Amino acid sequence: MKKGMISVLASVISILIGLLFGLLLLLAVNSSQAFPKFGEMLTAGVSEMPKLAKVLYQAAPLIMTGLAVAFAFKTGLFNIGASGQYTVGAFCALFCAIVLRMPWWACLIAAFIAGAIWGFFPGLFKALFNVNEVITSIMFNWIGMMAVNLLCMNLKQGGKLVMLPIAWVPSPIKDRTADLSYANAEAIIPRAGLDKLFNSNYMNISIFLAIVVALILWVVLNRTTFGYELKACGFNKNASTYAGINAKRNIVLSMMISGAMAGLGGGLYYLAGTASYNIQKVLLPMGFNGISVALLAMSNPIGCIFSALFISYIQVGGESLQPVFAKEMIDIIIAVIIYLSAFALLTKTILSKFIRTDKSNVNDESKAAPATAAEPPKAVPEEAAPTDGPAKSEEKEDEEK
Amino acid sequence: MSVLADIISATIVFAVPLLLVAMGGMFSERSGIINIALEGIMIMGALMGCLMLRWLNNAVAAGQMAAQLGVLIATLFAGVCGIAFSVLLAFASINLKADQTIGGTALNMLAPALAIVLTWVVQGQGQTTILIPDWSRITPATFGLKEGSKFFGSPVVPQDAVTLKVQNDFLQNLFFKQTYLTTLLAVLLFAAGVILLYKTKFGLRLMACGEHPQAAASVGINVFKMRWAGVLISGFLGGVGGLAFTLAAGSGFQSSVAGYGFLALAVMIFGNWKPWSILGASIFFALFKVIGAYASSIPFMPQFKGLEGVSTYLYPMLPYIITMILLILTSKKSRAPKAEGIPYDKGMR
Repeated sequence: MKKGMISVLASVISILIGLLFGLLLLLAVNSSQAFPKFGEMLTAGVSEMPKLAKVLYQAAPLIMTGLAVAFAFKTGLFNIGASGQYTVGAFCALFCAIVLRMPWWACLIAAFIAGAIWGFFPGLFKALFNVNEVITSIMFNWIGMMAVNLLCMNLKQGGKLVMLPIAWVPSPIKDRTADLSYANAEAIIPRAGLDKLFNSNYMNISIFLAIVVALILWVVLNRTTFGYELKACGFNKNASTYAGINAKRNIVLSMMISGAMAGLGGGLYYLAGTASYNIQKVLLPMGFNGISVALLAMSNPIGCIFSALFISYIQVGGESLQPVFAKEMIDIIIAVIIYLSAFALLTKTILSKFIRTDKSNVNDESKAAPATAAEPPKAVPEEAAPTDGPAKSEEKEDEEK
Repeated sequence: MSVLADIISATIVFAVPLLLVAMGGMFSERSGIINIALEGIMIMGALMGCLMLRWLNNAVAAGQMAAQLGVLIATLFAGVCGIAFSVLLAFASINLKADQTIGGTALNMLAPALAIVLTWVVQGQGQTTILIPDWSRITPATFGLKEGSKFFGSPVVPQDAVTLKVQNDFLQNLFFKQTYLTTLLAVLLFAAGVILLYKTKFGLRLMACGEHPQAAASVGINVFKMRWAGVLISGFLGGVGGLAFTLAAGSGFQSSVAGYGFLALAVMIFGNWKPWSILGASIFFALFKVIGAYASSIPFMPQFKGLEGVSTYLYPMLPYIITMILLILTSKKSRAPKAEGIPYDKGMR
């Protein structure tokens, strides 16, 4: 059996255990409602076309934030700042749409660039000053969210507030940006007839855009010298520096690409024309869900597509749990799944022993495990690439091909 | 003057959770385990502490009899629940050698969701705020001071516990406006932490496990045990810190600690993994946080007339920006425990 298959199997097992845990929790809270509601949750996403449209609509930004985190993981960085980059990207997309009146594709490019800029700072601070990127990007999450709020509330042109609905229609609403439908219909991502097919305004081409980006990222990581260099820095910064790779430049670049992905995700979500940006008091969860997506996909860009679809699916299902249960039940299930995938290496070792297809493979895996874990004697230990293990096994898989 | 007293007392009350949680993080990281789950641990501690306070209020009516004893019980309960939650991290990262950052992230996601679900279960559908009973605050009455009796020469003023009306008496504002038992406990815990880390065999061994676990093991130290101890201590301090934060925030528990766990991590790094520096760093951050909150009542702070959301978004940005700048400036001196984040492997020398 191939290593890739074992990875998938390990994820599936994590998902099943997570769902089982969720069911038990539902039973503990309200045993009479647990089974029907759980069943409803599992089937809600395909129960009717509009629901499916919503799954796909939310999956697109999730793929992007998942790619953001996964790309950073591959290069040995932990981008917990996807939420901030997503928010800043969303703001720039909306700014270009509402104020500058650009078409949708230009707005998406703006979101891409804005996300990259928001990722640039943590990367730069890491490269130049060796400040832990986890802390930096958390700080930038808050700074980004608050700055976006301030801008939305205060941006004026000729004495008039421009981001709020008041610029277009008489409206007392002050905590939400203007609807694209009347502000600039050109900036809404084309629906290409899909909205009629799915009978829902949520549906547009964003899911396909996200999939294309995921494929491009896979090619960049696995088939180009640039991607190889980035990954090499993730495995061992010192060794790659010795091999003539500019590690500092690569840290900055990979944080920028990662941030750009999250920013683009923000653009995809808010340019659909169905949601306008609400002034937030808390960080947007989309960025943090990206961490779940990346971990479940074991940082594989292609895997991100499927894990984002899954997470979006059960989140839509979670809404049908209400009002009997809190929809945060879904977050518990996801957290359990991620917790289990944290020791994916262990699960995989057990699995490959259990399946016993190829004895040399099994030995390989069990020997590789401690070696990877303790591999580089790093100056800054936080660098310990969270995905050393899975990434390594994929490398091998590529060689086998 | 009363603004100054407000600022000082608010700084202290917000420095306490940062100090406790950053100390917790320090114990964990000094033993070699990155504890990014502090945020989650704080949430669990705060949840359980608040539920305990609620129960004491409703079932035992502790408010009338021994209010501060009730707070003490709730605080210890929060700590114990923090320990229980941190077991998940310890088990995954020490015994199963899982990636510590991922495990911690999972726990950070788990805690707020679990808190909301449990709050629903206890309080009924859609009730997401656990209110903190009034009696948990230390007031003149705690010391048997009645209205009209003297406190440092001035008569005791009646205080409205709910609205915290601004009083004109400096000392009473300073001591009684927002003082909680957790502040006093934090002083004790900090002292105990310093002694434990630097003056006992246990502390020195713990630090050795974070620097070079194999060397520590070679002289007979049980690295697994030490790391477990480090994570559990951080669980206790994180749980207590979570309750301390919720008391300080004052508006009840809403399944969140507003990123304080992460801020505490930054405080710990800025404090260079050393208790006294962490104390300084946490007071510093709390001061900036409070200046942000009080900016509109401080005469010399710019008010930005004509801008909206200054007090809700502009000034609250301040602590984060200052943190960033300081982390950059002090990065040269920053020295993390060498073996943190690396699972201990006996076979590796």
